[in-house]
Amino acid sequence: MSTDIRSAPETSSPAQGPVRVERRLSRLALWGLYLAGIALGAALSAATGFSITSTAVYGVVLGTLAVYVATRVVQGRRKATDRLVTCLVTSAFAVAMIPLASLVYTVLSKGLARFDGDFFSMSMFRVVGEGGGAYHAIVGTLIITLVATVISVPIGLFTAIYLVEYGSGRLKKAITFFVDVMTGIPSIVAGLFAYALFTLLFGNDFRAGIMGAVALSVLMIPVVVRSCEEVLKLVPNELREASYALGIPKWRTVVKVVLPTAVAGLGTGITLSVARVIGETAPLLITVGLITGTNLNPFDGRMATLPVFAYYQLTQPGTATQAFLDRAWTAALVLIIFVMALNIVARLISRLFAPKTGR
Amino acid sequence: MTATKAPTEPPSQQRVVRRPGDRIFSGAARTSGIFILLVLAGVAAFLISEAIPALTASSEDIPGGEGLAAYIGPLIVGTLLGALIALVVATPLAVGIALYVTYYAPRRIASALGYVIDLLAAIPSVVYGFWGLAVLAPKLVPFHEWAADHLSWIPLFAGPASTSGRTMLTVGLVLAVMILPIISAISREVFSQAPALHREAALALGATRWEMIKMAVLPYGKSGVIAGAMLGLGRALGETMAVAIILSGGGAATVNLISNSNPSTIASNIALKFPEATGLGVNTLIASGLVLFLITLAVNMIARWIVNRRADFSGAN
Repeated sequence: MSTDIRSAPETSSPAQGPVRVERRLSRLALWGLYLAGIALGAALSAATGFSITSTAVYGVVLGTLAVYVATRVVQGRRKATDRLVTCLVTSAFAVAMIPLASLVYTVLSKGLARFDGDFFSMSMFRVVGEGGGAYHAIVGTLIITLVATVISVPIGLFTAIYLVEYGSGRLKKAITFFVDVMTGIPSIVAGLFAYALFTLLFGNDFRAGIMGAVALSVLMIPVVVRSCEEVLKLVPNELREASYALGIPKWRTVVKVVLPTAVAGLGTGITLSVARVIGETAPLLITVGLITGTNLNPFDGRMATLPVFAYYQLTQPGTATQAFLDRAWTAALVLIIFVMALNIVARLISRLFAPKTGR
Repeated sequence: MTATKAPTEPPSQQRVVRRPGDRIFSGAARTSGIFILLVLAGVAAFLISEAIPALTASSEDIPGGEGLAAYIGPLIVGTLLGALIALVVATPLAVGIALYVTYYAPRRIASALGYVIDLLAAIPSVVYGFWGLAVLAPKLVPFHEWAADHLSWIPLFAGPASTSGRTMLTVGLVLAVMILPIISAISREVFSQAPALHREAALALGATRWEMIKMAVLPYGKSGVIAGAMLGLGRALGETMAVAIILSGGGAATVNLISNSNPSTIASNIALKFPEATGLGVNTLIASGLVLFLITLAVNMIARWIVNRRADFSGAN
């Protein structure tokens, strides 16, 4: 777009007099040069023992170099630098895509092996070799995440309401700042906190799903606060003022006017915060641990969770190694599916429940 | 007179009357705000209270037998080393990505591309660990050998090369992928907020696109990039599962990235040792967690301070 706009005066300048005849490389020529560079890279790679990695590396370097040199010769230094940066920036984006593509491909290809009915209906109770499944872990993850959500959402939402509707002065500043700082607490530290809290209260051997839920809440609350705060700020002040003008008390205004207006954004933010914690492993590893059977009571005893299940299946395989690895990768696949599903739900919420007024 | 008096009195009366509903609601809102501060204080307090036995114990009783400093020291080195590799690799890439999405990509697909990068942040860390162990580590073994052969004069690549690729170098690269979306998200935001007038003025004066970015966008977005990098650093410092799965470390405090004698990191050491730890071992691990908490707290506070300082004078708020 912008290149076209800027090229217009350049092409018209020769007509104005003997300034300088501007020569330009067409887009086609540039692509040709780049591809020629890649072909040369492939040849070079073939000469030193062919591999895809070296082809890509040599090719991109040579292609970039070809474009740079050609532009420098034809159009001068400034334009050449511009093209060089374009190549570099585009390559940076492509480089970032490699791990994502590779990761998704690996998890799909290795995880589909055990992506069957048994995996979702059986636990690991009395399973030592092949077979078995992650029913207990999936249920455990859902229960613990649900409890964490039940703890975090009221606290987070009320804090966001305080910050937007009531807060003022130093308390508001302090809360905003420390909520931001809390976003960066390492997950394992949250786990240690839950462990220390519950061992002080109930003794050293206490283990329950609620410990994991508390640890996840520490990670989740700041995310809920931040996203809800952003959304509540977007509610137009005119709506609040109209409500006050009708003599509605402030709390009714918040409940009946502000929150319904912002419900789409709140739903999206909360869903994304659930997605943020559902894959957390470390805090659950050191608080909730792992069992092979199904435990539906989050207030008593260890529970299995999907990330911890996957971790132990991978790192501590029993005699039938391949069966354990297959289960680990399928658990990873299911975990990614959960997170992606939550992301999609979040997008749907923001689209379906978007306020009719405004924008 | 009466006409002016009448409206002024009722409001003052109304202001005095506070309905119980209002009082309860604002009270609940304020309480949960204060509760969050208490939680943060509680995290510090409980960690300290559980770490005290390790701090006061005699050095023979600490795992390793040489005292707390000798136990945590190598772990701090490992933690900083891995996070620094990640930062050095990820920051330029993330800036490139942010520039691509904001100023180079075709307008129609730019937001979709941004969403794809954000997906990197959605993938659970344990899955990154799986991927690093199964895919990246074997792929990097040839590079480890090459580096040991040709670059061994640099202390970072002293070798001998690991044959499994489960080294600090691999860990650093995986961490780099994990913090890419954080840095690029914040960079993208500040880059897109660069004043349109400055950008258009630069283009109108005949600047190429890169010159426009250099003159109008980068100076404006610099502090945002720094803040994003700090937040990414905080994440990399505290990352647990990916490190725990990939790294097969020794206990030495070396900066040698490509051999199997790398120190572990604080977080992964806790994850690996905690399930089996008893007695003073637990306290020692919690003490190391306290150190990690303080390091990340400092990094995040600096990052937030930079972000907030920028927000004060950015016009966007």
